[in-house]
Amino acid sequence: MTSMASLNAIVPMACVAAAAIAAMIAEAFTNPGERMPIAPLGVIGLLGAGLAVGALWNHNAASFGVVAADNFGLFVTGILVVVGLLSIAISAPAIEREGLPRGEYYALMLFSIAGMILMATATDLLVIFLALEVLSIGVYVLTGIRRDSAVSTEAAFKYFLLGAFASAFFLYGIAFTYGVTGSTRLDRIGSAIAAQALSSSPMHWLALGLLLVGFAFKVSAVPFHMWTPDAYEGAPSAVTGFMSTGVKAAAFAAFVRVFLSAFEPMRASWGSVLWPIAAATMIVGTVVGVAQQNVKRMLAYSSIAHGGYLLLALVSGNDVAKSSILFYLLTYALTNLGAFGVIVLLEDRNRPNDRVSDYAGLWNDHPALAGLMTIFLLSLGGFPPLGGFIAKWYVFSAAIKAGYVWLAIIGVLTSVISVFFYLRIVVMMYMTPSGESMARFPPVPRIAAAALVVSALAIFYLGILPTRLIDLAAASISSIF
Amino acid sequence: MMHFPILTSLIALPIAGALLLFLVPNDEHNDGTVRATALVVSLLVFAETLLLWYHFNASSAEFQFVERHDWIPAFGISYFIGVDGISLLLVVLTGFLTPIALLGSWESVHKRTKAFAMFVLLLEAAMIGVFVSLDLFLFYIFWDAMLIPMYFLIGIWGYDRRIYAAVKFLLYTMAGSVLMLLAILSLAYMHSVATGSYTFDLLKLYEMAIAPKTQVWLFLAFTLAFAIKVPLFPFHTWLPDAHVEAPTAGSVILAGVLLKMGTYGLVRFAFPLFPAAAQLFAPILATLAVVGIIYGALVAMVQPDMKKLVAYSSVSHLGFVVLGICAMNVQGVQGAVYQMLNHGISTGGLFLIVGMLSDRRHTRLISEYGGLKSVTPHLVAAFLIITLSSIGLPGLNGFVGEFLILLGAFRWNPKMAAFAATGVILSAAYMLWMFQRVNYGPVTNEKNARLVDLRTREWFVIVPIIAMAILMGVLPNLFLKPIEPSVKRMLSQVQQGTTPARIEALGPSPEPRVPSPEPRGAR
Repeated sequence: MTSMASLNAIVPMACVAAAAIAAMIAEAFTNPGERMPIAPLGVIGLLGAGLAVGALWNHNAASFGVVAADNFGLFVTGILVVVGLLSIAISAPAIEREGLPRGEYYALMLFSIAGMILMATATDLLVIFLALEVLSIGVYVLTGIRRDSAVSTEAAFKYFLLGAFASAFFLYGIAFTYGVTGSTRLDRIGSAIAAQALSSSPMHWLALGLLLVGFAFKVSAVPFHMWTPDAYEGAPSAVTGFMSTGVKAAAFAAFVRVFLSAFEPMRASWGSVLWPIAAATMIVGTVVGVAQQNVKRMLAYSSIAHGGYLLLALVSGNDVAKSSILFYLLTYALTNLGAFGVIVLLEDRNRPNDRVSDYAGLWNDHPALAGLMTIFLLSLGGFPPLGGFIAKWYVFSAAIKAGYVWLAIIGVLTSVISVFFYLRIVVMMYMTPSGESMARFPPVPRIAAAALVVSALAIFYLGILPTRLIDLAAASISSIF
Repeated sequence: MMHFPILTSLIALPIAGALLLFLVPNDEHNDGTVRATALVVSLLVFAETLLLWYHFNASSAEFQFVERHDWIPAFGISYFIGVDGISLLLVVLTGFLTPIALLGSWESVHKRTKAFAMFVLLLEAAMIGVFVSLDLFLFYIFWDAMLIPMYFLIGIWGYDRRIYAAVKFLLYTMAGSVLMLLAILSLAYMHSVATGSYTFDLLKLYEMAIAPKTQVWLFLAFTLAFAIKVPLFPFHTWLPDAHVEAPTAGSVILAGVLLKMGTYGLVRFAFPLFPAAAQLFAPILATLAVVGIIYGALVAMVQPDMKKLVAYSSVSHLGFVVLGICAMNVQGVQGAVYQMLNHGISTGGLFLIVGMLSDRRHTRLISEYGGLKSVTPHLVAAFLIITLSSIGLPGLNGFVGEFLILLGAFRWNPKMAAFAATGVILSAAYMLWMFQRVNYGPVTNEKNARLVDLRTREWFVIVPIIAMAILMGVLPNLFLKPIEPSVKRMLSQVQQGTTPARIEALGPSPEPRVPSPEPRGAR
């Protein structure tokens, strides 16, 4: 039994991976024209992972010494399960409409989620790298899954090429870290660095810098954000929603783990590099976002800006900051996937309907979708009583507590600017009559709509009664930091 | 009575009403039902605010009807609400104006009636929430949440440049308030450094000693948010746009209640929380207020558009309120609070009248009117009374507030009072001139010849306003009494926080309407 128990920590990931494999097999055995219920397989796998999270909570299970199902990892796994379920719900209409290969699509998505879960629970740099590759490759392919679309292929290629560079940087960083500390395990790195803290050499800086570049690319921090708008615009909207939330959650989980536990002793050093990055990320994300005419591109910049708020918390680095990151990731996942869900539901076979002006008069045609979109956008903008407000308040509390008042001021001011562009969509939906080029919006499938309603309700829940989740987030960080 | 959570129910009732309306099918045939439901709900809220007033102990300075429940205990955030004399009357004012605003736009809103009514009710809930919150976090939530319904009210049902006005309103207000959020967070953090636990509880934060240098920054952050909301010169530029483009109900609520949040914020938060900084900045704020009084009046004088004229008159009138607060003596602050109520009544009334005229003629330009007195005598009579109340004619409400403020300001700084007093004269000039051009003389425009006089519904809208203006003019004690203990409490907080030795001996009030002389040295 002891040998079985030692596998506990990878159960959530294994559930999702098993579902991915099942999806592939199901696709292979499907006769042409026959419809297989592949999406439910994914749902079962994700629910299994969710149950495993519940069962493993507070147990601090560890497998092979490199995967730790501590509460922090499990909280992020929980977020990823939510991301997976919502992504599957909003993918179905897109797959139907675009005629995408169902089995491959779901299998890739599930494999990426498995990679993300591994990344969130890995406690060894090499395993983190492995997880990073698993999730990235799935997402690269998903980005380009519309093979006949030039935009989509271009996006996938850009994403892949820049991603490969970033992975190389990351790997190089691991090599230097190993060179300095003699290990790739986070705990050992941590104690080695703590012992050498007073004598940090250029090698330390290289190790740190290279790892930072790798992470900064994955969380699309400025100046490593260039791929984001193109990739987000070119990918199918459901995939954009998936990667803007899932990849961000997984990457931030590993980022926090590596920088706030292993490299914690060098915080003074990396903090001074990271805070300008955080400031630039918030500013660029919002200021450039204002100029966008395409909703997906706008949300890409918004996602960069939200990355900036998370970096702000990371820089702050205190206990409030760590739990605020978890809360923020959860809220952001629900909100952003909701917004992309609306985008997916408005797409038409012949036209993407993703320009801001396409949303004119949506309130008349689809009051429910307009209402949902408004909730998601206002939450992204940080209005009470929605989850987005609590998330931002949480992050800014951390910054104030850590004494980063100027960063917090930049944060709140950029969030006012971001409200400006979120409101442009609201203005279109409610205050502009649908013009000549009135987009014809397709009917709304029930499951996707239900998923959006559930996320909207969850956003209200997080905004009005956040205590439970705040306590959970606080409990999640106490176990590892 | 104390066991029934009356304040919570005041917030919950409009929200429940809005949710109820949400269930009504979206259909033009239901418009009547929707309007009636919203009106009934808002009248119930008003009745409840009156009940609140009835049970309010006017001789106490303490917060009453207090409810407190843990909300986010990890950060010391609680659902903590209560009213004192200052907020009580503002809550009543909110309850009073909302049904009037709904009734006033009964016919001018034909599209999307359901959403309109929902937004008005949600706005009412948020406004009441702002006035009763005693937890800074809760206060900020209501403060920010209120922007959304107002934004939609202006943006969807407003006039031509409504989108510009709505976005400007929202961004201006938000830009001011986010810095206040950081200041609130800093306060909570400072409390945790001092005592080991976070709190957003206003009463506990009142007790906290803050270094004067820190006070300056926090005071500025709070005051910027409030100064934009008031709006204090030179932060007023959003106001004419928002007022002019908003639908009548929006203007009434905006002028009647929303602007008061800024001055209320100064009285409730900025001054008592940061007394040293308040002392330091009061002359500057007062100077801006006086500039605003004169500037607003001068700009109002040259407006061709009635609604814009009323909007600029708001800048001028709110300047008086800020001046009264800055004087920091009983007369000044009491007058300021009284003037907040007055301005809600008289400017709300003016916007309603302008709304009635523009419903009839679809223009708000003064030059399009003339000689209405012979065409619509009742409407003009109402117009006259409200105009006089706005100018501050003795016997009507405006006089009491302005008098107290000028008295307070004179005792504090006679020069300020002298300059501010010119605003009184100017306001008579621009209001009466406008009134004369619109209502007297021959009917110069054919279209005005057959205008309809007050309709039944409009009687119901305007009579309560006039009644209130007269009531507040003749029986000011009714309103001043509950305000006074709270004002004194606030002043003692401000003065204790600075140099206790310098507390002014607030002698018996020379104004006979002000009840009970201040007990000396009420420390």
